[in-house]
Amino acid sequence: MLTALALLVGLLAALGAVAVPLAGRPSGARLVFGATALAGLGLVAGGVAGLLDGPSALNLPFGPPWGPARLALDPLSAWFLLPLGLSVGCAGLFAFGGAHGPVAPRELAPWPVFVAGMVLTILAADGFTLLLGFEAMSVASWALVAHDHAQAENRRAARMYLGFAGFGGLCLVLAFGVLAGGAGDVAFAALRDTPPEGARAAAVLALVLAGAGSKAGIAPLHVWLPLAHPAAPSHVSAVMSGAMTKVALYVLARFAFDLMGPAQPFWLGAPLIALGAASAVIGALRANLEEDTKVLLACSTIENIGLIAMGLGLALAFRGADLPALAALAAAAALLHTLNHAVFKTLLFLVAGEVLHGALSRRLDRLGGLIHRMPVTAWAALAGVAAAASLPPLSGFASEWLLLQALLAAWRVGDIAFQMGVAAATALAALAAALAAAAMVRFWGLVFLGRSRTPRAAGAEESTGAAQYALLLPAGLTVLLGLLPGVMLDLAEPALRLMVGSTAPQAGWFAIGAAEGGARYWPVPVALLVAGAVGLAVWVVRRRAPAGVVVGPAWDCGFITAPPHFPFGDPAGQPSAAGFGQPLRRMLGAGLLGAHERVTMPAPGETRAAVLQAGFADPVLSALEGPVPRWRDAVAAQAERLRGLSIRQCLGLTFGAVVLMLALLAWLGAH
Amino acid sequence: MRFGQLTYDLAHLLGGAVLLMSFVLLYQRRIGAVINAFAMQGTLLALAAAWQAHAQHAPGLYLTALLAFGAKGVLIPIALHRMVRELNLHRTVETALGIGPSMIAGVGLVGLAILAVLPATEGVRALAREDIALALSVVLLGMLMMITRRNAISQVIGLLSLENGLILAAIGVTGMPLVVELSTAALVLMVAMVAGVITFQIRERLDTVDTGSLEEHRGERR
Repeated sequence: MLTALALLVGLLAALGAVAVPLAGRPSGARLVFGATALAGLGLVAGGVAGLLDGPSALNLPFGPPWGPARLALDPLSAWFLLPLGLSVGCAGLFAFGGAHGPVAPRELAPWPVFVAGMVLTILAADGFTLLLGFEAMSVASWALVAHDHAQAENRRAARMYLGFAGFGGLCLVLAFGVLAGGAGDVAFAALRDTPPEGARAAAVLALVLAGAGSKAGIAPLHVWLPLAHPAAPSHVSAVMSGAMTKVALYVLARFAFDLMGPAQPFWLGAPLIALGAASAVIGALRANLEEDTKVLLACSTIENIGLIAMGLGLALAFRGADLPALAALAAAAALLHTLNHAVFKTLLFLVAGEVLHGALSRRLDRLGGLIHRMPVTAWAALAGVAAAASLPPLSGFASEWLLLQALLAAWRVGDIAFQMGVAAATALAALAAALAAAAMVRFWGLVFLGRSRTPRAAGAEESTGAAQYALLLPAGLTVLLGLLPGVMLDLAEPALRLMVGSTAPQAGWFAIGAAEGGARYWPVPVALLVAGAVGLAVWVVRRRAPAGVVVGPAWDCGFITAPPHFPFGDPAGQPSAAGFGQPLRRMLGAGLLGAHERVTMPAPGETRAAVLQAGFADPVLSALEGPVPRWRDAVAAQAERLRGLSIRQCLGLTFGAVVLMLALLAWLGAH
Repeated sequence: MRFGQLTYDLAHLLGGAVLLMSFVLLYQRRIGAVINAFAMQGTLLALAAAWQAHAQHAPGLYLTALLAFGAKGVLIPIALHRMVRELNLHRTVETALGIGPSMIAGVGLVGLAILAVLPATEGVRALAREDIALALSVVLLGMLMMITRRNAISQVIGLLSLENGLILAAIGVTGMPLVVELSTAALVLMVAMVAGVITFQIRERLDTVDTGSLEEHRGERR
């Protein structure tokens, strides 16, 4: 199977090269997108086979000068192939359905390379190959983010993204260096033999958190997601959000649970839990305030990544505290949420793409009432939205329930500071889940319910064929994964055994359990219960409704009748995106996101209208675009002075460096 | 081969003498004397190489000795003397760092070289260790000379004296292939040629050999 997957990577890379001449042909783009959709299918098959068969390894006949490139498929990498394959498959299918005629080569060629880079990262079994895949993924996705470079905001997004990608790659290089130590062998087998201890372990984890975390979108390195995701084409943003962030989390999990060895202290999980909780709250809050569908979804991704990071951190802490059953529970929550989020976030981004295609806008204030014009999209989106809002019986609920069970059991780590911290993190996770639900209500309600806010939205057209199947497939999977989490946990068992040396509490196919004798969750009965309650409510309402109902005009909140040039009613007669988010902005935004409001009143007698200005700014982004460039410029100005040195001073620099190194050598020799 | 044997003592003495000449180079105030000191250093280096050839039974090193004596003891000093005469240069050495501070810095560098080399070469023959320490000192003093002298000829001599240090290191190591030494000697000659040509050019264009005057002619200044 591994050989087939390695061949798939090669074929995808070759497809990237062939895509340049193919892009000019009428059916070239369809060929490339269709091939990647099939590749996604192959990845899912490879993942399932890898989980069922057991680990395998492969040394490629080529590689860096010092040895072969090593690949391996073990349960952990096999599990992460599942979200990757599902996301790539659906996105490929969507792009296949949406491609008509030639596509610009700069948009087409990086796409297979991007997928190949992600697969290579997951299959890598030495540091060099992993970094090669990671950087291929970064560079190819950067090219896709920058594809529409005519617009200044896209250029800014691409620049920011490239900066973060470079920073992340550098941190990972350093992490491998610190982990390998003096021996310098970066093959995973060699790294496992010499696990780091104490300060070195903390340094490795900090570097990996900075490197993989900046790619995954863990706060405070999350600011590129809301910029880069809207700039990329829809199918690319779906994969960036659904799969690429998971590949980064895979790197994090690979380091924390495999390469660093099992004998690590429990506090190593604390930074992951803290940063995860921060990401979850900030992401969910921003999702309530953003007014662009894709930006909103990107912020929701930050929230979900935060939840997964919390799960990984808890698993690390439990493993360090020698509580293997709880560690397996937390790891199971993280792995399951990885898969569930990949599926429903891919679905939601594809929905945003379909809405952009049909109604020609990403702004919530220009959409509305699309359920009438795009019913299939709307109902598919409802499945994804309900999962993102973690409503039972959909997939998001199962994994978040597991995570909360793990958080609630964290008091068993007998350290008072840790217990207090996790209690706070539990509250933050619950807050994030509630905020995410509010954000999803806002998203679905403003896009699909109400009246159209623009004529273009009123005339929206729905795609048919492959693009529609690309929405229905993940929607169906979201329901299925929600109903059968037990099956997925059984499938994940080898991965959990690799990560924490124990298996999650078994509760059969139709239920998941927190522990032996602990709380249980049966999705199917819950689904029947919810369906029964909804059915009963509908039946009662129908029954009690008077006969002869007449559909009248919508009540427009006491506004006067709309003038004739507003055939769909006065847009001001329904809530705007900013208005919907206002309560949360006032409650939480001021402290966390620097939200501000300013009313400019006209002077008495003036005919000008009063103006209310409201907005927010992510403090991290403000810092990145404010002081950081100023420091960089100051450092650059200082460095420029080196160019003004005379020949003797230049020689003096060299001389000084030699003397310094010799002094270091002498000092090292003396100790 | 250990302390108290003639082989060791004489090799040590010659290496020390080469180092001493580096200090003499730093100390001189007149350009002619600098060139003479350099010729002396080249001759001592040739003697050291010849002695090593005898001690190590490596006839190839006699060739190195011959090359060092011919190039550094005779040809290059003569060429430099001619250059000074023909260009009618200032006969004094223009220093950026005074003679006294240069000497103190030199002593500090020798101490540093010994401190750096001796722990790093634990378990190697005593002669090789001392030899490498001496050679490193000569290299560092050559660099010091290059950065503390303004005059182009002094800087060239600093570079050549640095090369002397490298050759001193190379001859002290048993079994160093001859190719390396030949190429090093050839490199030194090339460097001398290039340096001579550049000195002439500077002189021709700027009427001085003070490399500081080149500063005004650099592009891209802010």
